[in-house]
Amino acid sequence: MGFFLETIIAGLMNGVLYSLVALGFVLIFKASGVFNFAQGAMVLFAALAMARFAEWLPEWLGFESLLLANVLAFAIAAFLMLIFAWAVERFVLRHLVNQEGVVLLMATLGITFFIDGFGQTIFGSDIYAIDLGLPAEPIFILEGLFPGGLLINQDDLVTALMAMAMVALLTLFFQKTGTGRALRAVADDHQAAQSVGIPLGRMWVIVWFMAGLTALVAGMIWGEKMGVQFALTFVALKALPVIILGGLTSVPGAIVAGLIIGVSEQLAEVYIGPMVGGGIQIWFAYVLAMVVLLFRPQGLFGEKIIDRV
Amino acid sequence: MFYRENGQFKTTYKSDQQIFAVKQDRIAIIALIAFAFIGVPLLADEYLFRAILVPFLILALAAIGVNILVGYCGQISLGSGAFMAVGAYMAYNVFMRVEDMPLIVALLSGGFFAMLAGIIFGIPSLRVKGLYLAVATLAAQFFFDWLFVRVRWFTLDSPAGTAEVSNLSVFGWQIATPMDKYLFVLGFVVVFALLAKNLVRGPIGREWMAIRDMDVAASVIGIRPMYAKLTAFAVSSFIIGVAGALWAFVHLGSWEPLSFDINRSFQLLFIVIIGGLGSIMGCFFGAAFIVITPIVLNQLLPWIGSLFGVEISTSMVGHAEFMIFGALIVWFLIKEPHGLAKYWSMARHKLRLWPFPH
Repeated sequence: MGFFLETIIAGLMNGVLYSLVALGFVLIFKASGVFNFAQGAMVLFAALAMARFAEWLPEWLGFESLLLANVLAFAIAAFLMLIFAWAVERFVLRHLVNQEGVVLLMATLGITFFIDGFGQTIFGSDIYAIDLGLPAEPIFILEGLFPGGLLINQDDLVTALMAMAMVALLTLFFQKTGTGRALRAVADDHQAAQSVGIPLGRMWVIVWFMAGLTALVAGMIWGEKMGVQFALTFVALKALPVIILGGLTSVPGAIVAGLIIGVSEQLAEVYIGPMVGGGIQIWFAYVLAMVVLLFRPQGLFGEKIIDRV
Repeated sequence: MFYRENGQFKTTYKSDQQIFAVKQDRIAIIALIAFAFIGVPLLADEYLFRAILVPFLILALAAIGVNILVGYCGQISLGSGAFMAVGAYMAYNVFMRVEDMPLIVALLSGGFFAMLAGIIFGIPSLRVKGLYLAVATLAAQFFFDWLFVRVRWFTLDSPAGTAEVSNLSVFGWQIATPMDKYLFVLGFVVVFALLAKNLVRGPIGREWMAIRDMDVAASVIGIRPMYAKLTAFAVSSFIIGVAGALWAFVHLGSWEPLSFDINRSFQLLFIVIIGGLGSIMGCFFGAAFIVITPIVLNQLLPWIGSLFGVEISTSMVGHAEFMIFGALIVWFLIKEPHGLAKYWSMARHKLRLWPFPH
């Protein structure tokens, strides 16, 4: 029983991280109607920027504090993502307004290739470490209920809390600020939002910047776990079943679906995996999402797809 | 002045319904096929066969399959790499496990099993549409990636999912040299391109296009969506499976599941979009673009570097290739979302008026 709970907790923590990456997808899809395959590459780019600057800044400016280096590197990486968002809107989105979904998807794939090459050209292609100074020893909780207690990694816990804080901040931003309201208007109906006077281009820059920020936080967390390397782009592939399970247009859907996928993936790997040879995490999430789609074609929380003839 | 139809009267339904209705078109396509079968083997060298022509032909064949599904029937599918893998591994099993199996039968049976896989993973398309379907087909991709590594039966119990064939021969003709391989693949491609073109011109093709344009309206006028969508998946997966078997047997010789991973699916989708959705001719253009661009970039970048006296390392060339490829794709999509086939049809249109401007 204790092991079962540990698996679930590990799944929940993984799930929070998947939700974070999935949020980037959902934000962009809601506001600009683009399915951004480049999210994975954005995660890698942002993480690379933060890792390298955290390394370079202490050398260039000559200080020792790890916290200051990390904070400054985060700020610089965020600024770079803002420039990236502006460039994408200026050079790609503006020219592809009103194209079919497939064409936009392919354009984001092109952006993926570009960012992959660009990031590795500027920042290098080795494996870099991000050191956030998180405590590395695991802790044991609930020692009274279960013999030995449940094993929880402290850094997993802290990163899950960070991700939840980020999600809460985003939700506040969308609900309480003027820009958030404008973004929701753009997500509802581009033309109507434009006719009310909302500058569409600037909104797209903002939403891609926010997706870039979530990519940065996700990249920072994943990078700390597995090192900043090219394999980080595959994290985005893990987030895709989260989006389709939760619905492409729903922020709470991304969060709930992330938790569901995280938990079910862990449970499947631990309990079903040994029966079929192991290694089933990657496709189990997709098959689960696909089966749910058969019953709810728009995902759990997505907008119902209405076909008009 | 050369490309005019005046004087060409059609007196039978059969002549009116032919693929190439204009006589100049017929002459051109026969000349092209003759050049492909006779001229190219005389002129090309081994590198050209091995590295450019054979991959180009096989990828064009796979792209025809993907185009039928994505371009003609409108179902976005990201699982094409998996269907290639099914075709390759099942053809391998049929070829190795059955005594004296003819090569062509083995390849076609690979396509048959890929067709079954396509129908099964195409069932979600009856409920799920658009981008949701694209991600659902990724389930097929990752599932088959896993299956061919973990289930030893498919690879005749080899350790890492690798498979290998050698000694291919058809009716006593040994397919050994790159030129033999080229001619063998060319035969398949010509036959399948003709079959595909006739399919999409016929009633089933019109059903697919109706489903693509507006599937609710299509079902209202009496087209059965299940039949149309599943036949699209079936035909498309069959062609992709045969292409996968050809890729494995003829181009690679020995392969592993990684040859058919998600990058292959993306590559096929690129070919179809850049070539032109809903166009058989476009598949060839797109495949040529995707095969030639990396090679050109690979040769061009160090040369440009040497012009400026800058020594570019191979890893830098690799990254720059990625960047330029991505930028080219985006630029291309902005310039012409309908793909290279649109340029081709514009060129033909201009040719009809030549030498007059309008």
